[in-house]
Amino acid sequence: MARRPEHSAPPEIFYNDDEAKKYSSNSRIIEIQVEMAERALELLNLDEDENYLILDIGCGSGLSGSVLEDNDHMWIGIDISKSMLDIAVDREVEGDLVLGDMGQGMPFKPGTFDGAISISALQWLCNADKTSHNPHKRLYKFFSTLFSSLTRTARAVFQFYPENADQIEMVTTQAMKAGFYGGIVVDYPNSTKAKKYFLVLMTGGAAPMPKALGSEEDEKRISYIKKREMTKDCRGKPLKKSRDWILAKKERRRRQGKDTRPDTKYTGRKRSARF
Amino acid sequence: MKLSTYNFLTSKAIKGVKVGYPLKLTIAKKDVVETEFNPTFIERLLPKLDWNTVYLAAQTVDLADDIPQEQPAAVADNEELLQRLHHLLLEIDVLEGQLECPETGRVFPITDGIPNMLLNEDEV
Ligand SMILES: C[S@@+](CC[C@H](N)C(=O)[O-])C[C@H]1O[C@@H](n2cnc3c(N)ncnc32)[C@H](O)[C@@H]1O
Repeated sequence: MARRPEHSAPPEIFYNDDEAKKYSSNSRIIEIQVEMAERALELLNLDEDENYLILDIGCGSGLSGSVLEDNDHMWIGIDISKSMLDIAVDREVEGDLVLGDMGQGMPFKPGTFDGAISISALQWLCNADKTSHNPHKRLYKFFSTLFSSLTRTARAVFQFYPENADQIEMVTTQAMKAGFYGGIVVDYPNSTKAKKYFLVLMTGGAAPMPKALGSEEDEKRISYIKKREMTKDCRGKPLKKSRDWILAKKERRRRQGKDTRPDTKYTGRKRSARF
Repeated sequence: MKLSTYNFLTSKAIKGVKVGYPLKLTIAKKDVVETEFNPTFIERLLPKLDWNTVYLAAQTVDLADDIPQEQPAAVADNEELLQRLHHLLLEIDVLEGQLECPETGRVFPITDGIPNMLLNEDEV
């Protein structure tokens, strides 16, 4: 396996002008980052009809942020690499940008954000890049200041690349210590390529964890989603209140971990006017 | 840096700083980027904004005549004020300048529109 970038140099050195440019113009990378950001946004469990203010942590050149603007949200991004942020400026992202180090704490006043996403950044915080760095302490500082900068019903969702089980343990321990509820969702756990880790954190008390994608009992659902996407492609979105529309909406609710009634043959049927 | 972001930033991460808010903003160079007026954005921001700091920002860019010093009761119904807030908070882009911690005087430079909130290791 290729060497982990976070082992080769501190992030602000690794993501220099060259690497930032290469990273941000690679169509394969763009595709993957966008897909993961879409899943993270879904796991934030926000009302689809509202506009929110979202924090993008380790926002880089704004690939993940583009998903937020496409969904009509305002966003602020924070990153430690000036080279990455400069590219975000060049790309004319709509989000506002701040140069900062997650491990030094989030520099925002209480209750600012309705949610936070972080795509492929958290594993960087698990390393000590300077002799003064203590990863446990930096994680705690990060999570506790993040907690206070969120509203009291917000979630924070991190896609990250944990190196081993100890790292998952370290990250979740510090997040819980900082006041968050939540845990890890592993999408496509049986696939080496598609397997993705999401740390889902909630400020407002314990709620059921959202379901992972691609677990075995889930196979049927995936083929259903594929089918839905295919029909969407050729016909646009299903008609409001149609059976397909209701099924799609319920599917989204399930993926967000919301209470949803099972689908039956009655779902979306016209009720007779008897009542 | 938009002035809405200015409203949210603090220097509390510095060791020993209690509140770190509001930061003192000095602008050397700014730009105005016209964006589509979306009242729901402003309404979403309103409960999060500190009004004194909104007014402070307005004073810094000579728009204090546009913004009441005290937050009016029903901003959401006041289309004209919402438009002025839109301009102040989302269209003005601070390109060069600085933010200063009110307690320690520590200066955070703003370069190319990006505030640098990085601290030295001995400050955390
Ligand atoms: C793989 S990139 C992902 C960027 C963006 N989220 C995306 O999806 O394209 C990881 C980013 O995390 C940032 N990062 C790493 N450590 C950080 C830290 N301690 N504080 C803030 N950002 C950090 C890096 O500078 C880099 O831009």
